[in-house]
Amino acid sequence: MTTIAPVGPDAGSRRLIYGHPEMLTDRSSHYCPGCGHGIIHRLVAELLDELELGPRTIGVASVGCSVFAYDYLPVDFVESPHGRAPAVATGVRRSRPDAFVFTYQGDGDLAAIGTAEIIHAAARGERISVIFVNNGIYGMTGGQMAPTTLLGQRTTSSPTGRDAAVAGYPLPITEMLALVPGVSYAARGSIADPGLIGRTKAMIRRAFEVQLAGGGLSIVEVLSTCPVGWGLTPVESMEHLAHDVVETYPLGVLVDRLLEPPRDRAEG
Amino acid sequence: MTTLLAAADRGSAEAAGPAVRPILMKGNEAIAEAAIQAGCDAYFGYPITPQAELLEWMARRMPECGRVFVQAESELGAINMALGAAATGARVLVSSSSPGISLMAEAMSYMAGSELPVVLVNVMRGGPGLGSIGPSQSDYFQATKGHGHGDYRVPVLAPSSIAEAVGLVADAFEIAERYRTPTMILADGVMGQAMEPVVPSYRMPERLPDGWQLSGANGRPPRVLQSLHLLPEELEAHDRHLQAKYRTIAEREVRWAGEQLDDAEIAIVAYGTAARVARTAIQRARAGGLALGLFRPITLWPFPSDALAAVAPRLRALLVVELSAGQLVEDVRLAVGDRVPVLFHGRMGGMVPTPGEVLDAARRAWAMTEGPAVSR
Repeated sequence: MTTIAPVGPDAGSRRLIYGHPEMLTDRSSHYCPGCGHGIIHRLVAELLDELELGPRTIGVASVGCSVFAYDYLPVDFVESPHGRAPAVATGVRRSRPDAFVFTYQGDGDLAAIGTAEIIHAAARGERISVIFVNNGIYGMTGGQMAPTTLLGQRTTSSPTGRDAAVAGYPLPITEMLALVPGVSYAARGSIADPGLIGRTKAMIRRAFEVQLAGGGLSIVEVLSTCPVGWGLTPVESMEHLAHDVVETYPLGVLVDRLLEPPRDRAEG
Repeated sequence: MTTLLAAADRGSAEAAGPAVRPILMKGNEAIAEAAIQAGCDAYFGYPITPQAELLEWMARRMPECGRVFVQAESELGAINMALGAAATGARVLVSSSSPGISLMAEAMSYMAGSELPVVLVNVMRGGPGLGSIGPSQSDYFQATKGHGHGDYRVPVLAPSSIAEAVGLVADAFEIAERYRTPTMILADGVMGQAMEPVVPSYRMPERLPDGWQLSGANGRPPRVLQSLHLLPEELEAHDRHLQAKYRTIAEREVRWAGEQLDDAEIAIVAYGTAARVARTAIQRARAGGLALGLFRPITLWPFPSDALAAVAPRLRALLVVELSAGQLVEDVRLAVGDRVPVLFHGRMGGMVPTPGEVLDAARRAWAMTEGPAVSR
């Protein structure tokens, strides 16, 4: 997990509990203060280290703030057109059966323009892992409404707040995906506090292990922040995430089909 | 079918031995089998008329050969799967027809920018919109002037027989990989649906050495295949690199064929199915004493402008024949300028001009340009 060894006169008696993951480059990020991508990148990097996946990983970067994931995660990467990452990952997976393949997508990318691609990658049971970062907004383009935006939430394209009569309801896409037999694992975590970050890491670990075990598509939705897009300070953003966002998007494991006998998945 | 498959399975004319005979193949199926024999590792497609048999052939044959076949949820899905597979260095084929190609335009631009080699077959049908399922050449602009956004080019190969299509499939893979560029085979509904004798003499282009493909970094520095370059200076440098590559392709990869041009007074310029109709018209014209010839572009981009410009001054006129409202004709006019009158005859919407129509158009061109040659 780490490249830093304890130093000092009593180094031998100290236990290292935190270090810099090998699979995270040592460069300052372009993300805004209080943005959740840094935390989530780190979780991915730690797991690539712990599961020793780096050498055979091919990542698929999507369109949005996180397109630059390849600047921070030093693995092979291909950039996808907006929303098409699950299709691109399908092509990578089918051509490289031994690779570890994941996409890193935001909610505008996955739950709006890329809805068809994620649902059909799920339907095919593609052996890929999806890190789905939901901050309820289009961050990169200036904070417009996304399908995931909360009811009443003000954005630059819903200036008086999201009105269901005009703009419909937040899309619970991970719940929808959990219904699909080709999805082996679906869960929703959050980065609102250290405890939740730990639980989210366990979810991503499980998603990666499901791929390694030969399961179908695994997805972890991570509720995250966009202080600039939300018009809140980083601290306020975390509080909003902890108390308000979870009311629309409850946390937990939605399905883990590798743990239970596959009742609804064709056998044989 | 059994005979056909057996012959195709032998892989090449040499392997099949001296007993190899032409077999009757449908265009879509011949293109598909040629791709398999050229070493295609992965195929992605979506049903659309008039190319559905290509998808169906691949659905059966690719798994038989231990290769990748995926029927995608849309043309968007198919072309992006192709993008992903190409990123790993796989030899990839995608096919569709006009409306589906429009959907693929986005990824074509991304693949041009990321320099990913994919061969895309467009079996054109009538348009615009849902149009018709009849043969057409109305996607010439789309194919040759760019499908998606941005400064990029795509090499376009246009077969005018099924046997030629088989050879061009191998050429297309070679061009795609040599220059790391998406490459298109532009056929029409007749090329896709007609059956013609094909000698199964296939060719498998050599594989280029590893250097950019994604395989997992495994000890080497990680590779990123991207089209995003946020700094304008950086993007301009990348665009200059692409343009230099396109100039090289334009210098080296031009293909065209001339027929009976030596003594021709009027040359018909046509590709694909239109060239087939033109050939019949030329035979009839010559039987009636009109010296017609055929100038047939095989690469539509790069367009054989220099070759056409060299031929033009000897002629009294050029007659461009297309299954469109007149698209190729613009490149012809650009190539020859004022050196020779350029006339046009086309049909649209899935209609194919008859040899009689073309002959009439040639006679009109002859009459118009009779007398003292003003522009010869």
